[in-house]
Amino acid sequence: MLHTLAVLVENNPGVLARVSGLFSRRGFNIDSLAVGRTDDPTISRMTIVVEGDDQVLEQVRKQLNKLVDVIKIDDISSERHVDRELIIIKVNADTQTRSEIMQIVDIFRAHIVDIGQETLIVEASGDSGKVNGLEEALKPFGIKEVARTGKIAMLRGAKATSLNED
Amino acid sequence: MKLSGAEILVKCLKEHGVDTIFGYPGGVVLPIYDALYDADIRHILTRHEQGAVHAADGYARATGKAGVCLATSGPGATNLVTGLTNAYMDSIPMVAFTGQVATALLGRDSFQEADITGITMPITKHNYLVKDVSELARTIKEAFYIANTGRPGPVLVDLPRDVSAGIIEYQAPGPINLPGYNPIIEPFEEQVVLAANAVNESVRPIIYAGGGVVSSGAHEELLALAEKIKAPVTNTLMGLGGFPGEHPQFLGMLGMHGTKAANFAMCETDLVIAVGARFDDRVTGKLDDFAKDAKIIHIDIDPAEIGKNVGTHFPVIGDVKIALQRLLERIEEKSLTEWLAKCMTWKREYPLAFFNEGGLKPQSIISEINRLTLDKKVRITTEVGQHQMWAAHYYNYNYPRTFISSGGLGTMGYGFPAALGVQAACPDELVIDISGDGSFQMNIQELATAVNYELPVKVAILNNGYLGMVRQWQELFYDKRYSYTELKNPDFVKIAEAYGAVGIRVTTRDEVAPALEEAFAINKPVVLDFVTEREENVYPMVPPGCELKNMLG
Ligand SMILES: Cc1ncc(C[n+]2csc(CCOP(=O)(O)OP(=O)(O)O)c2C)c(N)n1
Repeated sequence: MLHTLAVLVENNPGVLARVSGLFSRRGFNIDSLAVGRTDDPTISRMTIVVEGDDQVLEQVRKQLNKLVDVIKIDDISSERHVDRELIIIKVNADTQTRSEIMQIVDIFRAHIVDIGQETLIVEASGDSGKVNGLEEALKPFGIKEVARTGKIAMLRGAKATSLNED
Repeated sequence: MKLSGAEILVKCLKEHGVDTIFGYPGGVVLPIYDALYDADIRHILTRHEQGAVHAADGYARATGKAGVCLATSGPGATNLVTGLTNAYMDSIPMVAFTGQVATALLGRDSFQEADITGITMPITKHNYLVKDVSELARTIKEAFYIANTGRPGPVLVDLPRDVSAGIIEYQAPGPINLPGYNPIIEPFEEQVVLAANAVNESVRPIIYAGGGVVSSGAHEELLALAEKIKAPVTNTLMGLGGFPGEHPQFLGMLGMHGTKAANFAMCETDLVIAVGARFDDRVTGKLDDFAKDAKIIHIDIDPAEIGKNVGTHFPVIGDVKIALQRLLERIEEKSLTEWLAKCMTWKREYPLAFFNEGGLKPQSIISEINRLTLDKKVRITTEVGQHQMWAAHYYNYNYPRTFISSGGLGTMGYGFPAALGVQAACPDELVIDISGDGSFQMNIQELATAVNYELPVKVAILNNGYLGMVRQWQELFYDKRYSYTELKNPDFVKIAEAYGAVGIRVTTRDEVAPALEEAFAINKPVVLDFVTEREENVYPMVPPGCELKNMLG
């Protein structure tokens, strides 16, 4: 089962290596890991999607917590949350297929962000279902390149993964 | 006050009460060595950085204070890796300082550059690369705080040359601010209540105590608990000395080379009270069969230990000493139980024995050391192998911090340099490294350090001409095919003499006691070469992957 963890870490050099090293060393499965700074530049936020049963997840949380740079961990999978991923896809497009691709882009509420001689770049954001769906729909045209950010996520409503919340 | 980074380092070490450091110089740590030249901190120059880190580890195990070592960049730093791992596995407080190339040269594969913070991430509790001398004092303060608090462990501080040479107006660091580091010391009351109820309801409890008892100084509380509920006690290797070895309720060590009494009791208990122990595979045997019918209380300062290897019914997270105090307030006294009587019967029926015919028996040598040191202040260190197990079984450790051995990593070459650290910390005590002929040769060069600094450690080599423990496995599980485990050894007596120590060879039983007495009376390092029976085995033994009650021997 996939779990989404929201993790606040000190924005110190090496912190990503510490976290990712912990996962590989202890044999935990990372599905995706996205990281960026928060409104406080000394603190970064990681969204980690990890695969495992409850027992694995408990160890993941506890081992992460042991890292001195890790300040807070929330498992938000079972709570109401928003999650998004950004994807950009370069897809083959000639004059015949172009309009068909544009229709698909519309249906997925994605955007075309670049037009080349024989390619288009499509950008979309959304939950993994939508992003995967778009990728599938564009596959028949020939995908030249894909870049995905991995998932970022946040609790809905008043609850938050922040330092002043407990 | 203007100070260089190196002077700040010395000042901070003094403020943390560091009196002794173990190290080895090199180009980029020259500013530090220059500052040490006039400092009133004792620096012990070992002959290999692995010697320095193990010595710092031994110092820490004997005193409970963080051990400190220092090495140069590159090869100096990488030579610390085994010792850091060793300290990490056994949760030993330590602060290791390494030199690093100047910050401007970092990342360019500069001469003697090694990414030691990258290398040691998985084997330290935390580590630092200090990039600016203004960060140094705060970093050192944090390093000692992290090493000493919570579950102790090694912390590495990497110091680029320009940081130790750089000069600033010194400012004392402010209070520690580590938002991600909050060790739980005082256990939650609810956890204590649930655990206490489980103790009160149990009829066949057993206490399984590990190194956490020693490191938190909880030996008196442990004794009080055992006596209040009349439970048998078994120790892990790391826990030896945390409960008096001569106590009638003590069943000895458990696990792969545990006593029959301890392992049988583990199989029949209804409540395991695990205290500062981590259910290592060398202890549990086959996990599915471990204490099958029992509930488990697990007391530990590290929440990540709970449920890591075995499911726990009653976790109690906190400092072991405080947790035991809270538990003691809530548990009821038990009267002498049938269960304890049964455990004592096992202990009587299956004693650790040996036959004293034939050549010199390793077990008898340890028994003799035990007998001759009953009235002395003694610290025993060991290397790794058969001798380590015999040292664990045939000596009675009645006090904490008297048995000092590499548990988690099982590091050959640990015991002798560790003994030097122990002797440096405890100059008035008798320090004995119980060694194998293989292990001693892993850090034999430290004989020079022992002689140089007049550390009168006694090394008792149980010389069987084999890598004995490996040979034992080859005998039992590989049809006696002794592939590369026979040793052609040097003359250890002559080696000792060449280094300026004393060497004594012992080949017969009658010589054992006089040789030991002579060695203990000499105020110099002594190497005792006990030429023992070559193919003696360590028993009992649970074959790897088997249930604890399936013991050979
Ligand atoms: C650094 C290191 N290398 C290899 C081993 C594997 N090993 C475990 S016990 C042992 C044999 C030890 O021989 P010796 O020191 O002579 O002790 P004995 O078992 O004969 O008492 C070996 C090679 C180890 N524990 N540590």
